Amino acid sequence: MTIDLIHIKCPQLCNLCGNRSHFRVRRGHFLVSPKEVYTPCKKFTLKSLFKNVEIKKRSTVISTTLLELPAVSEVSAARSDPKSPKRPKLILKNGLDRLDQTNPAPRERGAIFAIPTTTTFQIHPPIAAAAAAVPNPRGGEIPRRLALDSVEKIVEDFAMDLAINPFSSGTRLRDMIRAIRACKTAAEERAVVRRECAAIRAAISEGDQDYRHRNMAKLMFIHMLGYPTHFGQMECLKLIAAAGFPEKRIGYLGLMLLLDERQEVLMLVTNSLKQDLNHSNQFIVGLALCALGNICSAEMARDLSPEVERLLQSREPNTKKKAALCSIRIVRKVPDLAENFMGSAVSLLKEKHHGVLISAVQLCTELCKASREALEYLRKNCLDGLVRILRDVSNSSYAPEYDIAGITDPFLHIRVLKLMRVLGQGDADCSEFVNDILAQVATKTESNKNAGNAILYECVETIMGIEATSGLRVLAINILGRFLSNRDNNIRYVALNMLMKAMAVDTQAVQRHRATILECVKDADVSIRKRALELVYLLVNETNAKALTKELVDYLEVSDQDFKDDLTAKICSIVEKFSQDKLWYLDQMFKVLSLAGNYVKDDVWHALIVLISNASELQGYSVRSLYKALLACGEQESLVRVAVWCIGEYGEMLVNNVGMLDIEEPITVTESDAVDAVEVSLKRYSADVTTRAMCLVALLKLSSRFPPTSERIKEIVAQNKGHTVLELQQRSIEFSSIIQRHQSIKSSLLERMPVIDEASYLVKRAASTQATISSDKLAAAATSGGSLKLPNGVAKPPPAPLADLLDLSSDDVPATTSTSTTAPNDFLQDLLGIGLTDTSGGAPSSSTDILMDLLSIGSPVQNGPPAVSNFSPPGQAETKLASVTPQVVDLLDGLSSSTPLPDVNTAYPSITAFQSATLKITFDFKKQPGKPQETTIHASFTNLTSNTFTDFIFQAAVPKFIQLRLDPASSNTLPASGNDSVTQSLSVTNNQHGQKPLAMRIRISYKVNGEDRLEQGQISNFPAGLNCYDPFGPKCAVS
Amino acid sequence: MGIRFVLLVNKQGQTRLAQYYEHLSLDQRRALEGEIVRKCLARTDHHCSFVEHRNYKVVYRRYASLFFLVGVDNDENELAILEFIHLLVETMDRHFGNVCELDIMFHLEKVHFMLEEMVMNGCIVETSKQNILAPIHLMDKSS
Repeated sequence: MTIDLIHIKCPQLCNLCGNRSHFRVRRGHFLVSPKEVYTPCKKFTLKSLFKNVEIKKRSTVISTTLLELPAVSEVSAARSDPKSPKRPKLILKNGLDRLDQTNPAPRERGAIFAIPTTTTFQIHPPIAAAAAAVPNPRGGEIPRRLALDSVEKIVEDFAMDLAINPFSSGTRLRDMIRAIRACKTAAEERAVVRRECAAIRAAISEGDQDYRHRNMAKLMFIHMLGYPTHFGQMECLKLIAAAGFPEKRIGYLGLMLLLDERQEVLMLVTNSLKQDLNHSNQFIVGLALCALGNICSAEMARDLSPEVERLLQSREPNTKKKAALCSIRIVRKVPDLAENFMGSAVSLLKEKHHGVLISAVQLCTELCKASREALEYLRKNCLDGLVRILRDVSNSSYAPEYDIAGITDPFLHIRVLKLMRVLGQGDADCSEFVNDILAQVATKTESNKNAGNAILYECVETIMGIEATSGLRVLAINILGRFLSNRDNNIRYVALNMLMKAMAVDTQAVQRHRATILECVKDADVSIRKRALELVYLLVNETNAKALTKELVDYLEVSDQDFKDDLTAKICSIVEKFSQDKLWYLDQMFKVLSLAGNYVKDDVWHALIVLISNASELQGYSVRSLYKALLACGEQESLVRVAVWCIGEYGEMLVNNVGMLDIEEPITVTESDAVDAVEVSLKRYSADVTTRAMCLVALLKLSSRFPPTSERIKEIVAQNKGHTVLELQQRSIEFSSIIQRHQSIKSSLLERMPVIDEASYLVKRAASTQATISSDKLAAAATSGGSLKLPNGVAKPPPAPLADLLDLSSDDVPATTSTSTTAPNDFLQDLLGIGLTDTSGGAPSSSTDILMDLLSIGSPVQNGPPAVSNFSPPGQAETKLASVTPQVVDLLDGLSSSTPLPDVNTAYPSITAFQSATLKITFDFKKQPGKPQETTIHASFTNLTSNTFTDFIFQAAVPKFIQLRLDPASSNTLPASGNDSVTQSLSVTNNQHGQKPLAMRIRISYKVNGEDRLEQGQISNFPAGLNCYDPFGPKCAVS
Repeated sequence: MGIRFVLLVNKQGQTRLAQYYEHLSLDQRRALEGEIVRKCLARTDHHCSFVEHRNYKVVYRRYASLFFLVGVDNDENELAILEFIHLLVETMDRHFGNVCELDIMFHLEKVHFMLEEMVMNGCIVETSKQNILAPIHLMDKSS
């Protein structure tokens, strides 16, 4: 039972809901329940809380509204216990109960409790103890106090809330923050912020002077919460232009927080900045410099750079350091200005003030990056100064203001070392100059504190970066070795980080730490693991690849789930890169697949299949190993795919133990075992569509490899005929039909895949990393159709392309470009990608272009006359198929049947759709009554020459709003001289019938005496009657 | 640039202070804070204080219920940033005396002033607590 809100009756206007009747007390982090008060981190009992709160007014009466569970009549746990006087008298009741006898008639659903005034305000010992016991993560005293303090503050605030001051203003910053914290939901918070924003806007537009400062502070808070505060920008500018320091202070702060350099408003501030830079008060100058340094744009940098240069010469160290940092920004924005600052930067290095020094060193570093010239100048002029600074700070006696853990100003150390690195990079003289001091820092710095380690770390990095002597490098590597064996994770992390850089300098030295680094790969901390893994990856070479891979693979078994991804990718990459013999490669890949098959990327297992396909002597071994792995770890997706593919291809090797290697133990697998394995994979709950599709293909192949199992396979395949995924359904239906009716061609159809060319696969793999997958698919599809020059178009070896080709051609809308490019789904890539890479050598790209051109009817220009000979369009493919396997076509055509159309009594005039010197095409039109948008076109082709056309293909493309279906042509040979013209039916569905007329672009390719010909044209002279709505047929056409 | 942002977040993931030294839109900020906070809050004391996020690192340190997160470039000295965080906390502590989350919330602008004295444009300017606090004391006195 939770009470969400406590409302106190209060004459004052509630600052939250505006209701005069109460004042909300509950604060964001309090959920008051009868027993406990929840704060975000602690639980207090209500008892302990109230007991320790001193209430200033006697018997304050608080009414509570039970929001969440109004039906609960009584809260027994919180009831006051008369026996214990110390316990707060507290009754929470739905409605009518009351504690205070003087309280007048209680209102409905309001419960009342009163708090006795006997106790004093102090922290209850248990709470204090609990707070003090907060684990103290990094040492130091602050954490303990922070925790304790927040408890105190919470209690104090609560007390303040209870003893509310009726005259407090409702809109103080403090109140706003409190109100926001009190919000329980994001919506509530938004409402509060909106109200506050409205108030601030109003105040701004009224020109309110009294609360500008406060409004700005509120805006900053609102901005921090992530709400838009653009309306405060102008107010910032006004505040900056004000005379007083406090206004300017908050104005500049607002400027830096609420604005950024891209805003137009910023231009308006340039003038104020200029004035303030010239101000006599150093603090105001400091403010302006700070603002300029944080947000200035390139234009402002140009405008104000003279002022900053002048201020670099100022006497005040505070001004100097800020001017130096401001120069960094200016140089970064406008590198041309670098030379103006070189002289002053060097002279600043002679200062004593650490703030100035650290700023000057950073300015020098920036100058080196900005201009080559400055780098040379600084190499000559500032090294002395740097060495002196470093010597001074490292030898100096105790300086309390800059002391951190016994080291004077580690920040300055680090910046100087960094600048030395920049200067010494690739410059032997400079490197030699700083050698001594680096050696001194590296040896003398204490390494038992974080600050000392930070310096050592930077020092090592500098030694690695410059042309250091070999002795110094050894020193550096030794420091890293020490770091690496440190127990502190932070130190180990930086050590790994550094070793990566050291790899470039001294590989051998890093190799010595290999064992330790390998341990780090198994660390509990993901940051360290990641670093270590990357380092290991760099460490791998020919000699240690096998050992390291073994370690990593062993670890793969026990590693975290979310680390497996990275680890698998790295192992696969190592294995591919350093595989000297194929057997080792296969073994490692099989292990990885069994351990983390779900994390293996597609291209990796594709490559594995390519390799298996090429290694004929290892195919038997592969299929047997995979079979064993499949039985053991059947839930690893990639493993299942590879295994199923291999079983499908090399099933007989599995059963007959073909090609046994010496290391192998013979296994006995029966034919039905193999089918079982695939069936299990197919039916596995978590298998995805690709895997299932591959299983189906494998089963189909097995039916040919193992004829006795054919019946069973037929049944398994048939089970998927009703699958909800179209792809599986289609495959299932097609494959069933192949198994059932085409025994004669089955064996040739299901022959083993041709060996996949490794080289072309690698090329393709590299290319496919670019986002050209869809066009690749299309290219593959196009070539698959084109390159198969088989007389009847059926006896194609792999069934997969058959399916894909059919898939493409049965598509209702081959005309819509978008559909065509996206239509080929993953299988196309998966299967064609592997299976047909050998064919995708020559002209696939041009074919794709043709296809694309043809399909996009709006494209104005055709891409020249390409080679069409190996391009077989969907229509023709279907034609060929239809002649032999009509049932397949029937199945595919599905909804739009290709049965002869009924004679309709409508007559539209025939047109000559196309005529050239060689060829004439006429269209006859028919419409079915009641379906005005559908037109059946009967095309007849007439050869006007005396040569016979062979391989005649007619293609048509239509705009997107039209659907086109091409039926098979009556023949693909067009005899000479107009005899026996070939006919072909097209059915066109105009989805925007009555709005847009029919249009069609056609293309005819054929061969004359073995020579390719290509003709194309556009048909726009369709009879008008086809296009208007006419329930009564051709009458409309006449009118 | 060095430091890219300084964030103070409590254990519930609520931002208590945010100072960015590079421009990010409001949405980007919210997304970034959410992502980082989720990453850092999930880590225990045994983990190291560095988290790699996108193309930079986050160095964080926890003080009781408050997380101090500093986003830095990859070539920045992480250990030094840890010291910097500690320095910032010590400075706040010196000013507020036993600083706590509420101090930071209610005196947001003062914390910003301190941070401004310490870091400018992503570079550390001043490391002496006395020098950092001097202008703030002056202002307190005058008001």
